[in-house]
Amino acid sequence: MSVAERPLLQVRDLAKTFDVSPPLLNRVLQGQPQAFVQAIDNVGFDIPRGTTFSLVGESGSGKSTVARVVVGLYRPTRGSVTFDGTDLASIRGRRQMAPLRRRWAMIFQDPYASLNPRWRVRTIIAEPIRVHGLAAGAAAIRRRVGELLELVGLSAADGEKFPHEFSGGQRQRISIARALASEPEFLVCDEPTSALDVSVQAQILNLMKRLQRELGLTYLFISHDLAVVYHISDYVGVMYLGRLVEWAPAHALFTRPQHPYTRMLLEAIPDLEMSGRARTPVGGEVPSPIQPPDGCHFHPRCPFADGDRCQREVPATLDIAGGGQVRCHAVAERRMPPADTHTRGG
Amino acid sequence: MTAAPRYTFLGRDVSPITARRLANFRANKRGFWSLWIFLAMFLVSLFAEVVANDDPIMVWYQGDLYTPIFHDYPETAFGGFFPTKTDYSDPFVERRIAQNGFMIRALIPYDHRTVDWQLTDPAPTPPSAEHWLGTDDQARDVVARVIYGFRISVLFGLAMTALTTIIGVSAGAVQGYFGGWTDLIFQRVMEVFGTLPMLMVLIILASVVEPNFWWLLGVMVLFGWPWPVGYVRAEFLRARNFDFVKAAKALGVSDSMVMFRHILPNAMVATLTFLPFTLAGSITTLTALDFIGFGLPPGSASLGDLLAQGKANLQAPWLGLTGFFVLAVMLSLLFFIGEAVRDAFDPRKLFQNEPTPAEPGVGPASSVAASRAQGGGA
Repeated sequence: MSVAERPLLQVRDLAKTFDVSPPLLNRVLQGQPQAFVQAIDNVGFDIPRGTTFSLVGESGSGKSTVARVVVGLYRPTRGSVTFDGTDLASIRGRRQMAPLRRRWAMIFQDPYASLNPRWRVRTIIAEPIRVHGLAAGAAAIRRRVGELLELVGLSAADGEKFPHEFSGGQRQRISIARALASEPEFLVCDEPTSALDVSVQAQILNLMKRLQRELGLTYLFISHDLAVVYHISDYVGVMYLGRLVEWAPAHALFTRPQHPYTRMLLEAIPDLEMSGRARTPVGGEVPSPIQPPDGCHFHPRCPFADGDRCQREVPATLDIAGGGQVRCHAVAERRMPPADTHTRGG
Repeated sequence: MTAAPRYTFLGRDVSPITARRLANFRANKRGFWSLWIFLAMFLVSLFAEVVANDDPIMVWYQGDLYTPIFHDYPETAFGGFFPTKTDYSDPFVERRIAQNGFMIRALIPYDHRTVDWQLTDPAPTPPSAEHWLGTDDQARDVVARVIYGFRISVLFGLAMTALTTIIGVSAGAVQGYFGGWTDLIFQRVMEVFGTLPMLMVLIILASVVEPNFWWLLGVMVLFGWPWPVGYVRAEFLRARNFDFVKAAKALGVSDSMVMFRHILPNAMVATLTFLPFTLAGSITTLTALDFIGFGLPPGSASLGDLLAQGKANLQAPWLGLTGFFVLAVMLSLLFFIGEAVRDAFDPRKLFQNEPTPAEPGVGPASSVAASRAQGGGA
């Protein structure tokens, strides 16, 4: 595979387990068992260069954990993350990581919490430049910070202010400017718009799309808002209790959803056209991730569960015609009704 | 958008919140004036050798300049007979210098060890024109001893406060930042350490070595450093999950940089608030040790020693009263300063009478942002 065709990010068989055991003393004296949360389990996807891959799912589905493993905040329990041909697990030490670290950056959910309240905006944005040594001298750094502020639609003079002097949308622009300061190719965006007003969300999304066009960025976009995801994505992955149950090109996923969970999510989208379609809310509760259901995690809530194989056997990945993968016994056994009649039904 | 207003303090740019805290501190008149009075007293005591010294500040003798504060001159230099250090209060030397020039004596011509051999009454003598607060039971001038004692108390307190703060803050930072096993083991070690009785160790040590300033400082720092650990650890445990800390980590900033540049400034408020009280506490501890005789070596000027003399010489109440008033004034000033510092950092008082500093043109959202920023910062 040539460099141009090679995906920028390849995630294979990724798993992350958190130890949430009670303290040793309680375990010994009260006989409480060790407990683990399988935050992500056997997740795999590719992100081609210059595209946007979105992960959607309910709270606790592990989408933010994927983002944090990818940027190196957590070490994966199993599996590999390959960035531009380099397996990140093979890297030992900060020094080896530094040249790679420069090539990705992360945007956080809460624009109020992700900026140090004690620093001026110019110091915040200059931090990646200083850490990676990208500009020499105070004047060069100042000039670069001014450029970045103007790139995200603020003015260079805003660098003198403190974060609390800005609105939520403006602060998210500052976060984006900081993320772009190291001239990355890859941005991990962990719900970057979910803390913002709807009108401001659109501004930030359009800014992100413009930056993608101008700078050739690749995005891993985490969201629970399907409308936002539809607006920005090239590929969409749906996560449920730590497993990637389906991924496909965005248009295909929204028009021909395969997995029963994906269909449930799409049915729950509010319908702005008031077409009179009865909106089916996503039924049931997400089971506890400490004791997930056996077999397919989704079977207790799934209308297509067969009561036998779905409860015993973890579904394998199945390629979808037209790109994408799905993990579902019902799809594999062709028990599912056709997608379009299902979603437009009622 | 308009340019942000700038605040400066001592020529440095400060954030609006810091500027507001400084203004709040100044607004507390009692604390503000206490700080200046304390600084003035400390400054005078720092120059104790010039203020209270049995050596003159300068001597002009036969056309030559002598500076006895900095150099010892033998008596032969002034026409005496002995090659030993000159005693400038000796009437013979005084006469020789008066005949051949002049000398400028310190305001109080005694230092803390000078024994006044010319006393006519048995020591301790009551206050007089010669000895403003009288003399102690070894015929030493009380004013001189108070000035030197004040200096050593404050210097000891400052050194102990600085060292315990540095050690305690670092330890708390490491515990809170790394958490988990590091935190657990460190906490248990501290608990065991905290049960050691300091006085017992000092008494045992005093029987082995003669305690001097540095010994005493070392032992007391050894037992005193854990005071800020709790506050700093709690702040770090909270702050290590802040998004801006995660953002810095995701950027590849090293742990020590994250700890000291990002979290520490946000975690220092509680520690700073307690600093004046710690200083007062350190001074009290040193005084108490001096009082019971396990403090600074015998003969050194110390307020605790003065109090002990007052207790031993109830017929000379000026000793005990002087010690009491000096300590009372010093500790009161420190507490007033501490109160003002505490109020200056109190987030409830920070914006009591005024709206939050919002930037015109940003809109109402900024006041929400400002209040959240305060909550995060304080």
